[in-house]
Amino acid sequence: MKKTKENLMIFIDVRKKLHGVYKDMELKCNIELKKGDFLAVCGESGSGKTTLLRVIAGLERAEGRIVVDGEVWLDKKCFLPPQKREIGFLFQNYALFPNMNVMQNLLYVNNDEKFAKKLLEMSEIYELKDRYPASLSGGQKQRVALCRALMKKPKLLLLDEPFSALDPKMREKLQNELSYFHKEFDLTTIMVTHSPSEIYKLANKMIEIKKGEIVKKGNPKEALLNTKSSEKFALEGIIIDIKKVDVIYVAVVAIGNNLVEIVLSNEAKEFKTGEKVIVSNKAFSVNIRKKE
Amino acid sequence: MIDFTPFILSFKLAFFVTIILLIIGIPFAWFLASTKSKIKPLLETITALPIVLPPSVLGFYLLVALSLNSPIGRFFYEMFDVKLVFSFPGLVVASCIYSFPFMIQPLQSGFESLDKSLIEASYVSGKSKIETLFKVIIPNIKSNLLTAIIITFAHTIGEFGVVLMVGGSIPGKTEVASVAIYDFVEMMDYKSAHIYSAIMLVISFLVLFVVYYINEKNKRKFNDIY
Repeated sequence: MKKTKENLMIFIDVRKKLHGVYKDMELKCNIELKKGDFLAVCGESGSGKTTLLRVIAGLERAEGRIVVDGEVWLDKKCFLPPQKREIGFLFQNYALFPNMNVMQNLLYVNNDEKFAKKLLEMSEIYELKDRYPASLSGGQKQRVALCRALMKKPKLLLLDEPFSALDPKMREKLQNELSYFHKEFDLTTIMVTHSPSEIYKLANKMIEIKKGEIVKKGNPKEALLNTKSSEKFALEGIIIDIKKVDVIYVAVVAIGNNLVEIVLSNEAKEFKTGEKVIVSNKAFSVNIRKKE
Repeated sequence: MIDFTPFILSFKLAFFVTIILLIIGIPFAWFLASTKSKIKPLLETITALPIVLPPSVLGFYLLVALSLNSPIGRFFYEMFDVKLVFSFPGLVVASCIYSFPFMIQPLQSGFESLDKSLIEASYVSGKSKIETLFKVIIPNIKSNLLTAIIITFAHTIGEFGVVLMVGGSIPGKTEVASVAIYDFVEMMDYKSAHIYSAIMLVISFLVLFVVYYINEKNKRKFNDIY
């Protein structure tokens, strides 16, 4: 069995049979994290991201080994129940207790009124402390849930698509807040997300899961940017039309919500409508190439 | 002057039955709601049986099962010196079985509709199963719990066939209000029957009204969008 190195705080190596979208598959993940790391987990839905998070939290059983800070959470002999794992978990639907007001939701986790007040003030929602969850907006619920997850001062913060249900403005605000909390409390965080910009902004490590297995691992700055050596920018897009203008061909490419026209030089025949391409600039000209 | 003894007896019976069923019902309904066992449909069928079975059939089997000639009846007689037929304890046992589905079904549907992530959030917060049950699960199925308690209570007061079969009609011991009305009619004492029936009608109406009123109020409190 692999021995945990001293500077390594979290060591996760788990396997679990899943009956997912791709029929039966096996979740196989091996992750090593240091204290203070922010790991983003991305991948298609049904690839096993949420299950991985639940296995780490102890909400689902799996084979393998999880060691956090020298403490064994999972191995052949031992299964530490979720109650004993020092984690904060932010559920996708927030899971605030409807029968308790905001303050009571926080104090239920840890009866430390001073700390609860501090967290609520940091999130600028202290004035909501007597409100019940049903009367809060999505963004407010999300903040309360994040504060609640931090009440136990967890060794590991687990976030399951925390911003997916929010509008872009609120999302950005709360991303900043999460980033602030992460640094302020010296947290180690694992976040499931779909958004590349979120990963780029928050995470220092990322993995991509496909059908239960890690297919990409590394630094988000390198993994997410498509640029090659001399390119200044590189955007991924889809060709939605190729039209002939006089003697040249022009491709209409959808990049995010924007459409751009790019002149194709003599390689026009290589491209087809619906193809994924990378649009970049080199020296002074705009270049287009197929996505590898 | 009206003799209130049958009413007091009815309420005493309903009170004991509700308490006993509450203690048995919460763990049993929780088990039914969370089990993936193959015997679940069988258990649900047995639970629901008293709803469809004629009270006389249920009463007849209970009479046989609780009599001193059966192992159950003899066990209670020898261990606790309690006779289960034509006695108040026998009425309690019979009513518990008769009212069982009325306690279990609302609780089970409450447990089943509860968002499972609430329970998980409580576990992750470091809370035990028992603490989660009392502080998260039960407060969030309050309306189901109230419905279960009130309907069980009301149904026990309203039962007739089983009580008559198992309890007989011994004044002051097993003659509950519903049976007393039957006895009055048999004796052609329509005045007393009228008074008793009117009281039962008013009580039943008030009990149900209180349930629906409180449930509606609770719903508003939790879903109050500003």
